[in-house]
Amino acid sequence: MADAPQIPDEAEVRARWGAFAWTKENAEKAKAVIARYPAGRQRSAVMPLLDLAQRQVGAETQTQGWLPVPVIEYVAAELDMPFMRAYEVATFYTMYNLAPVGRYHVQVCGTTPCLLRGSDDVMAACKNRGMTKGKTTPDGLFTLTEVECMGTCTNAPMVQINDDNYEDLDYDSMTRILEDLAAGKQPKTGTQNAQRHTSDPEGGPTTLKDMVKANHDYRKDW
Amino acid sequence: MLADKDRIFTNLYGYQPWNLKSAQARGDWDKTKDLMTRGQDAIIEEIKASGLRGRGGAGFPTGLKWSFMPKEPRADRPSFLVINADESEPGSCKDREIIRHDPHKLIEGALIAGYAMRARAAYIYIRGEFIREAETLFAAVQEAYDAGLLGKNAAKSGYDFDVFVHRGAGAYICGEETAMIESLEGKKGQPRLKPPFPAGAGLYGCPTTVNNVESIAVVPTILRRGAAWFSSFGRENNKGTKLFQISGHVERPCVVEEEMGIPFRDLIEKHCGGIRGGWDNLLAVIPGGSSVPLVPAAQIMDAPMDFDGLKELGSGLGTAAAIVMDKSTDVVQAISRISYFYKHESCGQCTPCREGTGWMWRVMERLRTGDADISEIDTLFDVTKQVEGHTICALGDAAAWPIQGLIRHFRPELERRIRENGGVMEAAE
Repeated sequence: MADAPQIPDEAEVRARWGAFAWTKENAEKAKAVIARYPAGRQRSAVMPLLDLAQRQVGAETQTQGWLPVPVIEYVAAELDMPFMRAYEVATFYTMYNLAPVGRYHVQVCGTTPCLLRGSDDVMAACKNRGMTKGKTTPDGLFTLTEVECMGTCTNAPMVQINDDNYEDLDYDSMTRILEDLAAGKQPKTGTQNAQRHTSDPEGGPTTLKDMVKANHDYRKDW
Repeated sequence: MLADKDRIFTNLYGYQPWNLKSAQARGDWDKTKDLMTRGQDAIIEEIKASGLRGRGGAGFPTGLKWSFMPKEPRADRPSFLVINADESEPGSCKDREIIRHDPHKLIEGALIAGYAMRARAAYIYIRGEFIREAETLFAAVQEAYDAGLLGKNAAKSGYDFDVFVHRGAGAYICGEETAMIESLEGKKGQPRLKPPFPAGAGLYGCPTTVNNVESIAVVPTILRRGAAWFSSFGRENNKGTKLFQISGHVERPCVVEEEMGIPFRDLIEKHCGGIRGGWDNLLAVIPGGSSVPLVPAAQIMDAPMDFDGLKELGSGLGTAAAIVMDKSTDVVQAISRISYFYKHESCGQCTPCREGTGWMWRVMERLRTGDADISEIDTLFDVTKQVEGHTICALGDAAAWPIQGLIRHFRPELERRIRENGGVMEAAE
């Protein structure tokens, strides 16, 4: 349990977030989310609503967002479920931040496919910029986390920063991305290898070459 | 090599837009109604005849799975189709390409499959980390609704069918079908005991079938081109085309659709530019995502990449995600990192897995540096056998197999490290 998150539930947190309520826009979104599930099964919406709440907290604090206990209570009340049931969902899934994070949540994948392609270099680039695993930089800009496989293994190594992926990284490209973000610029997302489009082989696809230039219809060859 | 005209996922690399108009120009949603009027049983028979086996890893025949669903669902117990897009197996990255570049193949497949199994609605459970991919999927589903392809009288077939997208939030275990159902119900993703199987009591206690994204997305094309076309690829019992994902130490990692049973060497030479440093530099391959045991170079080189071919090598096809390791790899570290993954992702429900994954990882870390006793290799192997098969779901097995594969094929390397570290204790008198 040593690496379990320290969950803040102090007077300051309650004072800051005790009056949490959806913004007008998010109230509409929450309604649409609940409508996806059968009547009486609104509890199914707890995951999307916790995500929505985290995003609203993020927007208010200019960070990726997190889930203070009063916010989880608010979501639980909205879905008419016991607080503990919502709380255990929030603690079970890794994408819910149980403590505040920085403006950019830098999530470096360190699982074997990325490890083989040099995720250690990506991690080194983060550390060289003053980041420590599991911590937020003093300026509140970056939080560094090592995460498990993010499902982009043919574009390894990769990092997810807030909502965007940056793939086919090395030490230099990772450094450049962090510098751009710190300077308030939006780096190119996706692959950083100029020779690749997405998950095709470097230098262009070995198959389906007709698709590169035009939306080819292969049915006439059937 | 598979001809381009026989590839199902023609926009795999996303050179062209994913939207409905472009997808229709490529042949999706073309007379979907006619496919459906063939009748539910005829569709299931066609899928059975095609030899399609589930693409999520276990390889269960897809048509057979559908036939377990009730033929006449009760009004108070509707049937559900749940589509597993919780792609989290290290090495796997195929469903992501389908969702972000060809989502309409999946949505059309959901309608046809849902109709065939007499389901009321489909839930697509997409992993939380696929944030941009989920945005695409939400938009694609909306497009389908706006065009009348989903909802009441879907695609003018007279059948009412809904498709909903549900985002996960970062838990590998939710890729297990009953954990996925728990998660959809708004709970922690902890697998359920089987029986009852989902086809009897699944989502909300109703009959449910859980299928992988790729299994569903290939269905419309199989129906259009016929079971005989699909089963003309691959070997007996291992039919069709498949998305392969090659990561690690190849010259050019990529995702590519190929014929089942393609020899490993062909796959790498044709699409990945060979092994980094040449074939003599190949050390080992994990052929099906992290859960299957690794296969040493000599055995994998000319092996057919399909379910039975890899089973014969003591491994498995899994999701067809090949993780290639050349001789520069610290193979013990590579497997130890996988052990850490399973320690991190164990849901904590069953004691052998919750305690065993952490224990195995700690011993693997000591074996990595050689800070161990030679007898501990056997102890570790013994513990993996105690975890394997003693848990509710297969995560325990998945944590055990990579270590078993390592000990089976690389025992001399483990012993060498222990000896060089000077850690060999004298045998007890």
